[in-house]
Amino acid sequence: MSLEATTAPIELPPAPGILAPAMSLAKRELVRFFRQRSRVTSALLQPIVIFLFFGSALNGSFKPPTGTELHFREYLFPGTIAMIVMFTAIFSTISIIEDRREGFLQSVLVAPAPRLSMVLGKLLGGTALAFIQAIIFLLAGYFFILPMTLMALLESIGVMSLMAFALSGLGFMIAWRMDSTQGFHAIMMLFLMPMLFLSGAFFPDDGVPVWLSWIMKLNPLTYGVAALRQCMYGEKTFVFLPDFKLSMAITILFAVAAVAGSVAVSGSRTTGDLQ
Amino acid sequence: MQSTPLVSVENLSHKYGERLALDNLSFTAGTGEIFGLLGPNGGGKTTTFRILSTLIRPTSGKVSMFGFDLLSQPREIQRRIGVVFQSPSLDKKLTAYENLFHQGCLYGLSGAKLKERINYLLERVKLADRANEYVEAFSGGMRRRVELAKGLLHGPKLLLLDEPSTGLDPGARRDMWQYLRELASTEGVTSLLTTHYMEEAAQCSRIAILNAGKLVAMGPPDELRATIGGDVITIQSSQPAELQKNIAAQFGLNAELVEGTLRVETERGHEWVAKLGGAFPGAIDAMTISKPTLDDVFIKKTGHKFWVEREMVNDAKDKKKKGGR
Repeated sequence: MSLEATTAPIELPPAPGILAPAMSLAKRELVRFFRQRSRVTSALLQPIVIFLFFGSALNGSFKPPTGTELHFREYLFPGTIAMIVMFTAIFSTISIIEDRREGFLQSVLVAPAPRLSMVLGKLLGGTALAFIQAIIFLLAGYFFILPMTLMALLESIGVMSLMAFALSGLGFMIAWRMDSTQGFHAIMMLFLMPMLFLSGAFFPDDGVPVWLSWIMKLNPLTYGVAALRQCMYGEKTFVFLPDFKLSMAITILFAVAAVAGSVAVSGSRTTGDLQ
Repeated sequence: MQSTPLVSVENLSHKYGERLALDNLSFTAGTGEIFGLLGPNGGGKTTTFRILSTLIRPTSGKVSMFGFDLLSQPREIQRRIGVVFQSPSLDKKLTAYENLFHQGCLYGLSGAKLKERINYLLERVKLADRANEYVEAFSGGMRRRVELAKGLLHGPKLLLLDEPSTGLDPGARRDMWQYLRELASTEGVTSLLTTHYMEEAAQCSRIAILNAGKLVAMGPPDELRATIGGDVITIQSSQPAELQKNIAAQFGLNAELVEGTLRVETERGHEWVAKLGGAFPGAIDAMTISKPTLDDVFIKKTGHKFWVEREMVNDAKDKKKKGGR
């Protein structure tokens, strides 16, 4: 370190705001994603594979919701979007566990950036990743599966992003206390898969037992999926879905609660922080 | 101007669950000092580092830095301190430059100023030519240098370093120390570091020696060494206990038995070496004479050697466990 000290000592930088650190963290999530090629490939192929196999295999056993004449692929399309959004958003928060294990998180925890900006950074990163994957599938659907107006497409993108944001928050709350990715996967199977299947993404709630339909009614994801469907189907059929305004309100509430919950849990330290 | 010290720690205690890791620690550090927390593993120095860096909240006690209270104004402290962790804190999938850029965003730096600062520090730690390589490809020593640059990026006046020389080769270690001293003399930057290397602690302007969570001694290394009278003679013997008795009986000299080795602190050590060697030729296997080191200070204050502390603590724990069941 032979260099002479040429620059004057810098004065104290201003206290960091919420946005700049959040954007930097979110950008980092994206950069990391695109630098892991296997992640990129599987992320792009997975939804197409699932849609094709599911759509073809289950076509015969599908019963359209009462009062509609939806084809199964039309029904499955918004559900697949919801699935992509959910998996991507929630899995993106595994990075918290990795960041902690690799030590990166500790320097974020002692930085003066507000906790909210750390949370927003992670959530926006997860949202962006989910968005990138879902938008490709959505555009494919727009052209080949479910024609809709441009307005409907834009609305769908909006709803989809909001869902991604809320689900990233859900993932954040789960991931924060976890010290291993295995634990995260266990929760995923136990809790998040039922949440996805009981959201109306793959089958409507008419014809299911009463207790199951109640679980579906209490599942916040149900309303995101419902809002998404209504954007996509236009006037075609609303009869089997909860009211659009109600669906949007609950989805927004879900997102707000997810942020608040994430900020709250991120105040706690786990043993993983003490390496 | 106020006369509050830059760092003030009062009656700091911390428990991990039931285990008391830090027991009523108090010290202060002033501007421009290089203050070392010296102790064996498990001594409490890393716990102190974690508390001062705002990573964990202490169980009890009062800490202030730059006149701000740690518990009520952590943000103000976080803005002003630079933290260098012992374990890696870099994102290996990012380049050195990107790591520093991200760090800058977390500390309120942006734009041209941030870029200038990154380039300056990368130059400073001699990594300017590797700025755009992934940290993944860096050697351990290079990573440590990026960590140091990361901690210094926002121009903190107080640097907290946890075992900073771990993973550095001797040359890089020397460079780091030179840099810390330079920062202290030219910019008044205070460094507060933890170490378990006696030689490293000897370079600090002041040190606090911690053992089992307690402060056992504090002061400039030279003063601490001076508390030991004259020279230290260490004697290896196959029957140390017997030799100890004989030395006391014949010369009235107090030899301490520390883990199988006899230690004598005395003035005019060279004369005693000759006398003892003459008196017990068969009982002494080896005998050395030296000026007191920080090791000796530690032994004197705690009654045991520095390096065995961990095992002794573990043994004690095991015994406790067995006794409890």
